[in-house]
Amino acid sequence: MKTSHEDYAHVASLDAEHELAVEDLSGLELTTEHPGSRKMTLNMGPQHPSTHGVLRVVLELDGETILKARPEIGYLHTGIEKECEAKKYQQVVPLTDRVDYLANLNNNLCYALAVERLLGLEIPPMAQWMRVMLCELTRVASHLIWLGTHALDIGAMSVYFYCFREREEILKIFEMFSGQRMMTSYIRPGGLALEPPRGWHKATSDIQARLARGIDEYQNLLAANPIWVNRTKGVGMLPVDLMMELGVTGPMLRAAGVKMDARKDCPHSSYELFDFDVPTRQANDVYARFEVRMEEMRQSLRIVRQALDGMPAGRYQADAPHILLPDREQMKTQMESLIYHFKIVTEGYRVPPGSVYQVVESPRGELGYYVVSDGTANPHRVFMRTPSFGNLQSLGAMLEGVLIADSIAIMGSMDFVLGDVDR
Amino acid sequence: MLPEIVAEDEHAVALSQQFPDAIVDAQMAVDGPVLFIHPAQIVAVCQAFKQFGFERVSGITGVDWWPKEPRFEVIYLLHSLRHNKRARLSVRLRQGEEIESVCSVWRGANWYEREVFDLFGVTFQNHPNLERIMMPADWEGHPLRKDYPKHGGKYSYTDE
Repeated sequence: MKTSHEDYAHVASLDAEHELAVEDLSGLELTTEHPGSRKMTLNMGPQHPSTHGVLRVVLELDGETILKARPEIGYLHTGIEKECEAKKYQQVVPLTDRVDYLANLNNNLCYALAVERLLGLEIPPMAQWMRVMLCELTRVASHLIWLGTHALDIGAMSVYFYCFREREEILKIFEMFSGQRMMTSYIRPGGLALEPPRGWHKATSDIQARLARGIDEYQNLLAANPIWVNRTKGVGMLPVDLMMELGVTGPMLRAAGVKMDARKDCPHSSYELFDFDVPTRQANDVYARFEVRMEEMRQSLRIVRQALDGMPAGRYQADAPHILLPDREQMKTQMESLIYHFKIVTEGYRVPPGSVYQVVESPRGELGYYVVSDGTANPHRVFMRTPSFGNLQSLGAMLEGVLIADSIAIMGSMDFVLGDVDR
Repeated sequence: MLPEIVAEDEHAVALSQQFPDAIVDAQMAVDGPVLFIHPAQIVAVCQAFKQFGFERVSGITGVDWWPKEPRFEVIYLLHSLRHNKRARLSVRLRQGEEIESVCSVWRGANWYEREVFDLFGVTFQNHPNLERIMMPADWEGHPLRKDYPKHGGKYSYTDE
């Protein structure tokens, strides 16, 4: 089977013929903004199947070529950061789920770590390992959605069904743990929300094995597909230093050869105890991002396997009765627990004054929570440094001079979540 | 004068040699030192930090300490991949006080400064495109200010 890019040079020549045909229509005036010219201004979105959310991109076109692209965001701005200031520390957790709804556990983790650092809480090893395992499963689930929708945008239908089938299995694991498929709120300041359910080990182990077998299959579905290769190789490149300046992080930056990963750079939750690689590529195009994410899924599954094999025994929550709700049994039998329960529910818990910037690696890149405490039970300020926001900032630069058809491939390769951008 | 709390921090020391009166205050947060910079010198200080190897700005955000004055704090979260280090700069601003944009240092500051402008109403001078980014262009008020209501009047149950 032909796979190399050069073998399909005739496709490019077909394109050139097609462009001539478009040239003949240039007399049509499609806009009043540039009368008499072939230039026109076109809205892509706010609702468009390939924008994965409500994003508006104002395109200035010369025929099929994009001269300038201006992303307009804010359509999904729900004021989550303002909302956080009105809530108690423990009530913020469900809001963090809804920021990046495809990587909710990573958001839970980042917030929990920030608050725990302000509180000076130690988390038991079992809870830390469980957090790692669940976050890596989230990464796989998130990358599966990216793979399915990205392939669908470019026209490969069947990959989508495979990906959503497998993702559903991961969501079942989350449901088993937390009772919720997506908005889990399972990782909370102080540990985990609930004790891991009976049978979690076998269920997670089964899905890990199934995914580890499946990933090569999904990669082969696309990597050996000449249309996929043609549409992704050599598309969507940007100088590395510019990407870094614009705030691009995560798989996009790693596909440009920069080995930046918060799990290695500033380990948290025992990530330093796990053996995994940070995949990088040099090509910096859409195809390289595809390869990086596929490899990341394999690495994440490696971490999940290590967590399954070495899961330490012990408590799933820190020993901090003034922060964590007591279990029902204790609450109904012990006076002290009842008082703690009452105080946490009515007043919340106070966090010492100070500020912290906590970083974790979300499936999309650097996720940071900047939490400021003024000593009360409500956070004074919660700023979410979301990876999609930084990544999307590079869209304008990346779309300059490319074809409209390529813009779909490029946007898909960025893997942004609009809830993550607008908050 | 370099505050004692950051006397050990290499960047703070280097900075105070270059710009003796740039650091007006410092604090030790749980994740490292916070340097409070004089508003007039923020661009020069950011340029110096870029020289120190901080090739990217992770984010820029604000905090409102209303009713205290100086009311606003603008926070710069810097990151150096080369040295695997993070730094935090902060600028205190009075209401109505403006600050120079750092877009000339890191182009990625653009959207973050727009967000601070939109949600806090802090104006950045010489910003290439200082428009609202989250709220509609004709929105009144700046939602993340502390004196901005947390819910709309329509649903208010306090004034009945």
